[in-house]
Amino acid sequence: MTDAARADIVLMNAARAAGRRRASWRRFGKHVLLVLGGLLMLYPLLWMVASSFKPEALIFREPGLLASEFTTENYAFGWDFLRRPFSWYITNSLIVVAGAVIGNLVSCSLAAYGFARLNFKFKNLWFAIMLMSIMLPIHVIIVPQYILFSNIGWINTFLPLIAPKVLATDAFFVFLMVQFFRGIPRELDEAARIDGAGHPRIFFRIMLPLSVPALATTAIFTFIWTWNDFFSQLIFLTHPDMYTVPVALRTFLDATGQNHWGPMFAMSLISLAPLFLIFLFGQRFLVKGIATTGIK
Amino acid sequence: MSALSELSRLRRRGAPASKSPAERNDGKAALFFLGPWFIGLLVIVAGPLAASFYLSLTDYNLLSSPTFEGLANYQALLTDAQLRKALQVTFTYVFVSVPLQLAAALGLALLLDRGLRGLAVYRSVYYLPSLLGGSVAIAILWRQIFGTEGLVNQVLWWFNDIQPFFHIQTQGWVSNPDTALGTLMILNVWTFGSPMVIFLAGLRQIPEMYYEAASIDGASRWRQLLKITLPLLTPIIFFNLVLQVINAFQTFTQSYIVSGGSGGPVDSTLFYTLYLYIQAFTNLNMGYASAMAWVLLLIVAVMTALNFFLSKYWVFYND
Repeated sequence: MTDAARADIVLMNAARAAGRRRASWRRFGKHVLLVLGGLLMLYPLLWMVASSFKPEALIFREPGLLASEFTTENYAFGWDFLRRPFSWYITNSLIVVAGAVIGNLVSCSLAAYGFARLNFKFKNLWFAIMLMSIMLPIHVIIVPQYILFSNIGWINTFLPLIAPKVLATDAFFVFLMVQFFRGIPRELDEAARIDGAGHPRIFFRIMLPLSVPALATTAIFTFIWTWNDFFSQLIFLTHPDMYTVPVALRTFLDATGQNHWGPMFAMSLISLAPLFLIFLFGQRFLVKGIATTGIK
Repeated sequence: MSALSELSRLRRRGAPASKSPAERNDGKAALFFLGPWFIGLLVIVAGPLAASFYLSLTDYNLLSSPTFEGLANYQALLTDAQLRKALQVTFTYVFVSVPLQLAAALGLALLLDRGLRGLAVYRSVYYLPSLLGGSVAIAILWRQIFGTEGLVNQVLWWFNDIQPFFHIQTQGWVSNPDTALGTLMILNVWTFGSPMVIFLAGLRQIPEMYYEAASIDGASRWRQLLKITLPLLTPIIFFNLVLQVINAFQTFTQSYIVSGGSGGPVDSTLFYTLYLYIQAFTNLNMGYASAMAWVLLLIVAVMTALNFFLSKYWVFYND
């Protein structure tokens, strides 16, 4: 090998090493950026957590996360601030959520099987109507719904919040499960059919057991949406004993004005706890659910 | 991928490919499986939709029976200054915060591109706000953060103290009509996590070999972004755009909590849905609120149709 060639190789290696160094610097810079951005995103939440453990007076004096004093007073005060202990409102919310989750799981999977596997008249038309109903804002139909439910005496019961789910009006999840069912090989139901199974049997014995991921996604998102739902709970639940967590928090805010931020943060955090648990343990379904369907 | 693409596929090809070989008619089974859905469609969705149209032609306050008034409500809408304000607030919010939110989502998704270490952790951190963002609790937090003695002002005081060069005027951001809507826009941008996750999934669909081919041809990373990534991502951008526009039009909780249910100060956060709520359930103008509901439906439908129409000019379908 000539000296010139050797020099070339040395130079090339040096250039490659420099390139790698540059790449690793760039990667390092990216991580710094991402960590700082993440901290900025999470700071309001972290600050809320910190503030909920600070004495009232310090919340407005110390923007940092570490306080000179630590107290759980806010939680004790907030828990019993309203007419009922906060657990009362949590129970109400859980009842609504449980009804909504079960309703959605049953009704949406039934309807989805209908669309994915059955043949009937005007199927495409019905399917298109179902898809369009996904995009219908609830605000457009809330007034007649209110009139309907108030005429049958359902205001201040949980029924207006649960019955629509039992009737598969969250068409979004029907669509989600139709997509999932379509991915299950038809040979499976054809085989069961040859063995003499009818549609209900195929549905319960074959489709449902294979659809656990779709069912889990439905359950998780129904939980989150119902737990966070403020609009319809505000409208249908006006008696203080029927308040769910979001409506109770609103009352808390109205009753205290600008005074009790500490207790308000404490109760707000308690209201976020279930969502956070889902975030920790259900992330696989969350990410997949959003990625495949584009829900929030 | 979505209900949207499914609808356009139905339009393009007629039927989804699901006819069974035997071409049976399962009328009876369909009754069992689709019965609940059908009743729901009739009683909870279509019925109220029709009723809402009828009510929009009446004067109705829940207590006495509706009196037919023709188009009077719609005429009143035309001259309602508060309604004009509500439209202005809502459209400003949609047109400013949705593009910013999507830009943040796309930017982060590109940064979190494949192979980055700790991707899952970053994705979770950036996603968390969009999981919590719609809740009353976060709206309460926002009201405090941007309040007179809130976190933002505390940071600004500290910043003004440590250096003499810049002085940033502090103020009650939610009580000032000029800035109140801005705080809600920031809240919407803050929840960019869910479109980001959708972008990430879309990025993963782009075949690696396109980039390999491009770098062999000597295309810079910037060029690859402009010529490969963005064009192939346009369907996802479109999908996110439609979704977030529809969502943003329906913003309610945040404006209700931050303004204490009034849409104040001086109607600066009077979102369309909040005004509808006030008309229907505070003033008991059920007829008027129904007319508002139909206008909302029209707006959302026109915006969605417009999005679809414009998509022909910038969305690139690879199939």
